[in-house]
This record gives sequence, C-alpha cells and structure tokens, in this order.
Amino acid sequence: MAHAYTPGLKVTEKTLIKKKRILPLKGEVVVKAGDKVNPEDVVARTELPGTVEPINVANILGVPPEDINECLLKNVGDEIEKGEIIAKSKSFFGLFTSTCQATISGTIENVSSITGQVLLRGKPMPVEVKAYLKGEITEIFPDEGVEVQTLGAFAQGIFGIGGETHGELKVVSPTTDSVLEEKDITSELRGKIIIGGSLVTAEALRKAIQEGVKGIVVGGFDDKDLRDFLGYDLGVAITGNENKGITLVVTEGFGKINMANHTYNLLKSKEGQLACINGATQIRAGVIRPEVVIPAEGDIHTEFAEKKVISKGVEIGSPIRAIRQPYFGRIGTVTALPSALQKLESESLARVLEAQFEDGGPKAIIPRANVELLDE
Amino acid sequence: MKGLKPEDIKVIIATDCGSTTTKAILIEYQNGEYRLIVRGEAPTTVETPFEDVTMGVLNAIAEVEELSGRKILDENNKIITPAKDKVGTDIYISTSSAGGGLQMMVAGVVRSMTAESAERAALGAGAIVMDVIASNDKRLPHQQIERIRHLRPDMILLSGGIDGGTTTHVVELAELISAADPKPRLGSGYNLPVIYAGNNMARDAIKETLGDKVALDIVDNIRPVLERENLLPAREKIHDLFMEHVMAQAPGYAKLMSWTDTPIMPTPGAVGLIIKTIADQEGIEAVGVDIGGATTDVFSVFQGVFNRTVSANLGMSYSVSNVFAETGLPNVMRWVPFEMDERDLRNRIKNKMIRPTTIPQTLKELILEQAIAKEALRLAFIQHKNFATVLKGVQQQRTIADAFDQTTGGQTLVDMMSLDMLIGSGGVLSHAPRRQQAALMLIDAFLPEGITRIAVDSIFMMPQLGVLSTIHEKAATEVFNKDCLIHLGTCIAPSGELKGAKEVMNYKFEMPDGKVEEGTLGAGEMKVIKLGIDEKTALPTKVKAHLNPHKGLDLGNGKGNKIETEISGGVVGIILDGRGRPFKLTEDKSLRVKKLKEWMINLNIYDKEKLESY
Repeated sequence: MAHAYTPGLKVTEKTLIKKKRILPLKGEVVVKAGDKVNPEDVVARTELPGTVEPINVANILGVPPEDINECLLKNVGDEIEKGEIIAKSKSFFGLFTSTCQATISGTIENVSSITGQVLLRGKPMPVEVKAYLKGEITEIFPDEGVEVQTLGAFAQGIFGIGGETHGELKVVSPTTDSVLEEKDITSELRGKIIIGGSLVTAEALRKAIQEGVKGIVVGGFDDKDLRDFLGYDLGVAITGNENKGITLVVTEGFGKINMANHTYNLLKSKEGQLACINGATQIRAGVIRPEVVIPAEGDIHTEFAEKKVISKGVEIGSPIRAIRQPYFGRIGTVTALPSALQKLESESLARVLEAQFEDGGPKAIIPRANVELLDE
Repeated sequence: MKGLKPEDIKVIIATDCGSTTTKAILIEYQNGEYRLIVRGEAPTTVETPFEDVTMGVLNAIAEVEELSGRKILDENNKIITPAKDKVGTDIYISTSSAGGGLQMMVAGVVRSMTAESAERAALGAGAIVMDVIASNDKRLPHQQIERIRHLRPDMILLSGGIDGGTTTHVVELAELISAADPKPRLGSGYNLPVIYAGNNMARDAIKETLGDKVALDIVDNIRPVLERENLLPAREKIHDLFMEHVMAQAPGYAKLMSWTDTPIMPTPGAVGLIIKTIADQEGIEAVGVDIGGATTDVFSVFQGVFNRTVSANLGMSYSVSNVFAETGLPNVMRWVPFEMDERDLRNRIKNKMIRPTTIPQTLKELILEQAIAKEALRLAFIQHKNFATVLKGVQQQRTIADAFDQTTGGQTLVDMMSLDMLIGSGGVLSHAPRRQQAALMLIDAFLPEGITRIAVDSIFMMPQLGVLSTIHEKAATEVFNKDCLIHLGTCIAPSGELKGAKEVMNYKFEMPDGKVEEGTLGAGEMKVIKLGIDEKTALPTKVKAHLNPHKGLDLGNGKGNKIETEISGGVVGIILDGRGRPFKLTEDKSLRVKKLKEWMINLNIYDKEKLESY
C-alpha cells in the first residue's frame, strides 16, 4: 500500500461552509435566496402535529365496532375540546344513554369501524428553524428549508455536548497547555464563546454556566467529569440535545491534552469575532462532529472560489498526532514509512510509521492506525 | 451471474463493508480445491468527506491486487471480468453492515408470541431491532405512537394473529402505525417499507389502513398456527427491501450494487447462514459470535433451531464506552491483573470510542481491551440466552413424568453442556496476537461446560463465505474448513460447584506419539495440554481421553460419572478448566490478581516476564 488513509478533523482558515436548515416536517420557508441572515433569524417554520390519543369508542359505549359511525357526533377533521361529548349510544327509548368524551383538545383524526377505535389528534406545536450561521441563503428547498452559506474559518472538534449557539470569541487560556480553571471564569465572559487550552475542569464548567458563558472550546475534558456533569455514564455517543445551559466543543480528546497549535492559533486570530458553535456529536454511522464556525465578512460569490481539497495519505514529512497510548496526544512529523508489518509491544503485527515528535526525544514507532493526519 | 456455471467460477472476489473497515478476500481454484489466496482491508468510506462506500471497496481490492499480484481493477477502477490468467475475477460479491446496517422496528399482538416471532424473523435476516411494539407491551397507545414516530426505522415488520383468527388487534396495531405516519431513516423521497406477515384474514383491512401511507408488502403469516413459526417468507422479503430501499439510499451503494453478481447481503445475515450450514452439515450444536465495533451478534443452533441476536450497543470501538457503562468498572477490572486509575481508564475508553480505528500498541492496553471484550461477549450472550427459547404460548403435551417438572414453556434452548462448538469472530478475537488470548476470552465470557471445541474465524471472512454459500456452496465450505476456521482446541470444564474441593478431575490422554498424558486437575486450576493440528489433513489431531470428574461434578455423563471419548486438539491444545461452574472470581483483590496471573501464565496468554512485572 503506497499510503495510509487516516481521517483527520478539518481545521481551516477560510472555507465555504454550507448548512442545510431543514424542518422536521414540511412547512413554510420564510426567507428567499440571496437574503442575508444572522444566526438568530428564523428561516423556516412549521407546526408539528399534536400527539395522538386513541379512544376505543365501541368499548366505552358498548356497541359493536361496525356501529360506531352511527353513534359519533363528530366527523373526521372536526375540532373537539377536551371533555366534549364526541359519541353517544342510541339506547332503547333513550332511557340508558352512554357517552364518550374527548380526552384531549384537537381534531378527530380517524374512525375505524373494524376496531371501534377513534383517534384524536392534539393541537399542533409550532417549530422554528433558525439560520444558525451569519451568512446568505443560497438555496430554497420548497416547504422544507434552506441552505445557508458563509465564508469563514472552520474547526471541527472530536466530541461535544450541547446544541447550536453563538457568541463573541474570547481567548481565556494563554497557551495550548494551560488548564481552564474556576478562577479564570469571570462575569465579563457572559454571552461569549471562550477558548481554553488543554483541559477544562468540572468546577470551571459549572462556573461558566453560572456566569452565562455560551460555549467553551477546549483541548480535553475528563470523562469522569463528564459523567458527573451529565449525571449518567455516556454509553452511546450521540449528543447535542443536552440542555445544560452551555455548549462544549472538545477538540482533541478525553483527558488533559493540548489543543493543537493550528487550531488554537486560528481561534486566537479570530478573537472578538462572532463564532457559531454546535456540540452535536454522533460517533456512529453518519458521523457528526462538533464544530466552530467563524463567519468572515464579504460576499460568498465573488471573494472565494472553493479550492478542491485532495485528501492525501500520510507521507514522509506529514504532520501527525498520535491518538493512542503510549504517545497519546503528541504531535510530530513522519520520518519513515516502512512497508513491512512490524511487531508491537502488544505482539500485534501492524503497519507502522516512524515519527519525530515536536517536543524532542528519540524517534518513535507508531502503528499507522494510531495517528491522525493534521490538516494543512 | 452472467450465465456462469459454478464449475466455471475459478476466481472470486468478496468484500464485507463493515462500519469501520472494508475487508476484501481473493479465493482461487487451485490444484482441485478452492482456497483463500490473500486478504486486503481499508477504512470504510461511507462517512464524510468521501460518502461513497465504493472508495473503501476499491482500496481494499487494491491491497488484494498488491499482495496477490493479480490485476483486478482496470485503469478506470472497474472490476475486470471474467478472469484470465493473472487478470480479473469471475465473480464479485459483497456483504454490508456499514451505514448502521439494517434497522427495523417490529410489531406484533402478543409480546411473547407473534411479536417475538417477528423479532426472530427480523434478527434472522440480519437486522438491528430498534423496538418491539406489542398490544400488551405495557405502553399506552399514544406512547407507542410517539415512539414509532421518533424511531425512523429502515422498515417495519408487522405481524399478529394466527391465520383465520381475530383481526381486531392486528388492525389496531396498523392504525397506530398509520397514525404515527413514520418516516424512513434515509431520505424522505420514498415511503417507509412495511411488511405485513400476520393473520391472512386481516390483509384487506391492513391494506385499507396502511396502503396509502407506506410502501406495503404482504407475505405469509410468520405464525400461521401457534405451534409453528414460518419465518422464511418474511426474511426473504426483508432482504429484498434491504436492497431496494436501504442499500440504494446509502452513499455509493447504488454503484456497488451494480458491481456485484448477487444481491448485497446484510453482514449478520451472511454470518448466520454459514454457521447454520456448518451446524447442519456436521449435525452439531454450535454457538457463533461476531464482535464488531458497534454491535455484537450471537448465533446459535440448538436442537436444530437457529437463533440470532444482535446487541446493538455492545462492541469494541463505537460502542466500547457503552460496554463499560452497562457492565460497570468493577466487572471490567476483575479481568485485569494490575491496578489502574479510574480517571485514566475512563479517558482511555472514551478516546477509543471517539477514535475507533486505533489498535493497542502496549501490552497493558491489549489486556484492558481484552477485558472489555470479555464483558461485551458475556453481556451479549446473556441477551441471547434470554431470547433463544422454545416457542412461547404453545400448549405442551405432558406425560406423567413431566408433571413434576413445572416448566411453563419459553425456557432457553441454550445448553452449555450439550454445546459442541463455540466459534468466535470479529477483530478482537480474530486479530488477537496470540490465539490463546482468543481461547481465554471465549472461555471466560461464555463459560462452556463439559467438553466444547473452540475455534476462531482466522481473518474474519465468515460474512463473505456466507454470501458465497448462496451461489457456490462447495467453494464456501472448502474455504471455511481449510482457511477460515482456526481450531483452537477443546475446553474441558467439569460443571458444578467446587464447595471447597481440592481436586476436580483425573484425566488420561493417549497421545499420538504413544505417550500417555495423565494427571489431576486441581480446583481453581487451568492448564493446557499440547495437541495440535495434523499436518497431512490440516485438521485437528484427535486423541482418546479418559476423564473422571470428581463427586458432584459433571462432564456431560452425569455427576461424578466417567467419560471415555475422543478429544480434538488445535493450535492452543486441550484446555483444562478446573474453575467450576457457575464460575466465581474471588473478590479478594490480591488473590484475584494472583489467580489471573497464574491462569495467564499456565495458558501462555501474555508475555510471562511482562506479566510478572505488573
């Protein structure tokens, strides 16, 4: 094999970012192509159908299912109020009448003369989809949603908690290896997206929520703190819906691990600008990674032609990061790519590479599967 | 197959697109037999930035080309057919579990009867069952509707009622599905496929209820009468729809489907097929397990009945964190012969989850990974035992002798004492640096009783052989016997509580060289007796064994009763397990570590010096 393919996370100074903003059900798109939008702007809205409540009218009235149409006082599609009588049984001389009341307000959805069941549909719930990014509407999907595009800096994280939010970027940790601690969180950080270094402590995270910080972007986070924070052990990594009052984007991994220089420097250079972040992560089929988008000013059509990114494999000279023990988190450069399989300490045979780490020391042999190619 | 006869097929390329890795194998007909030539692999490319499964397939095939010297792809990356000399292949086939595999919801009237039959049909077809909706599942109808609406399965299997029975309940279920108006997981451009396999008298009512909202297919009832299941028509329909709807929606699959000579099969369905074929051919009771990155599948054939379960969130990469969350820290650490800081351990496990393709470089990392594997396997097997049961709701004929045996039906079919063969598959077992490690993981997780042969899939090619068996059984069986299975040996484990006994069994083996290996197995002791593979036949060497379990312990012939039998060897040998069943690991930490090290050293599991230094 001439090269090894190792998927890395994207961290880039300028790229065209496209986001589809789609309603969960068909509805109304309230913007048009070419509109400039801000993160808070609503781009589409709809009404989610209400909950469905079945009532077995035939049982309640004590009539055969095939007779229920004759007992119903309402038709399919009619509006009903909770407690309203929707069906009445016809009894002998009208002496014994049974009635059936609606259990919710809404409409009559369906009547079945096979089962005697009537389905009531509750009142619809409004749902709005916001732009999330500052940018331009580039495409309309009629009744479904839109595509928003923006030019800007883009950094993917590896794991996150919490959903979409936005705020002004503020660097709090002075270096990539500094730890974001409780004392670093002040009231001046309210509404901001703050940048940490190698770790955020559980106390700092709690204080950040108290102070109204909107988001934290940091190198590492301890799983033990994650469990305490969520209140449960995260088994399957599908996140984004935690309502914890903050969005967390972890760029490197679990534990104390320096944020990659490239990422840190990029975020630092954008300090003071608007950042849109999303912690949603799905480490499953259909991988979703958390992200930081920093929209740039300017026209998306004229200023930038997307350059084709050709994903190269690992080559001699490629910057890499080790992503597993014993070198976990260390950054270096590939110095050799021996093609023969080599025996590791674990006695596994694997394709390896030789790397020189930035922080010096002897060259290390690492399985190719245990490195990540650093982008650009 | 483009009109090819089986005897014309001399070169076969088969791939399996897993959630993490795409594996390709090359099989050739040489010197009168089909043999595996080489295998290649590459990361699966279903996700961004590639979003095209065929790239991973091409990369894996390119590795096969490089290793075998056979040119398979032309300059436009098209597979060359048919084979001629060292160029091209006669057929190309594939299985897939990438993109989340096949995710289904099933519904039936009674949870333990038709709903369970529907679940079995879906699992047997290779699906992950996201939820089972039943009229009596204790949820209120509106909760069931909410659940159906949120699930977004790939398809739904609806069953209920025996043929000619009452129709009300199953139509009620259809009404719930109709009210939920469920949407398919991939794309909104088509209607959700729903298969109806229930009471034939309800078909018209089902059509009326669901016909407009979903893509409805009707097949024969899976439970035409209470006493019998008829799962095949539903399973076949599931396979058809998997191809038509699910595969066609996943990135790159439309292209891949146009390349293959037979329909792409869901990976677990293919593995189940090969295990069932082997159990039927040899007339044995077998358990197979495939532990993957996201899921663990268990297959069993007991009393001729095939069962499959899939534990959707037990696996070694994507799901590793969930294994840990489900079993808990102490259960993982009980298999580890050294101390670890909890904070560090948790971070390591989560880092494996977020970067699932990494491999253990150090020995400690390997030991930890194998400890987690034991727990994943153990939990998956518990789920399997609870599911692989005799049909529930069937009136049983009893004789007077049964009157005292008050079983109510629904007991598990899994019997560890009658189990003949345990086959392991999946990265952590197939790629374990020492075969002894795979043997110990399987023994610790499954705790076989009596005499059980143990094997692993050498390089994880059971899926490809499963799909191959549908078009060329001879090639599939030959490669399975000669290249796929690695016979590890036989585990002999007297069953019963040790109750302070010092010894559990006397043994005597008449070895092939005329020597006699005899001795006593101590309580709590594990040891191995070397007995390998016959070089001429490439099959395990067999020896005559005289086994005498002590009082209260059973090897399959009753407590304390002797057994004289033939025992097969393998690359590990005969493993004597004197730890008793049920197996209990001591809670005394230092004693536990001492015993773990002793077993690991006796069985040559890890490097002795390193192990002793921990």
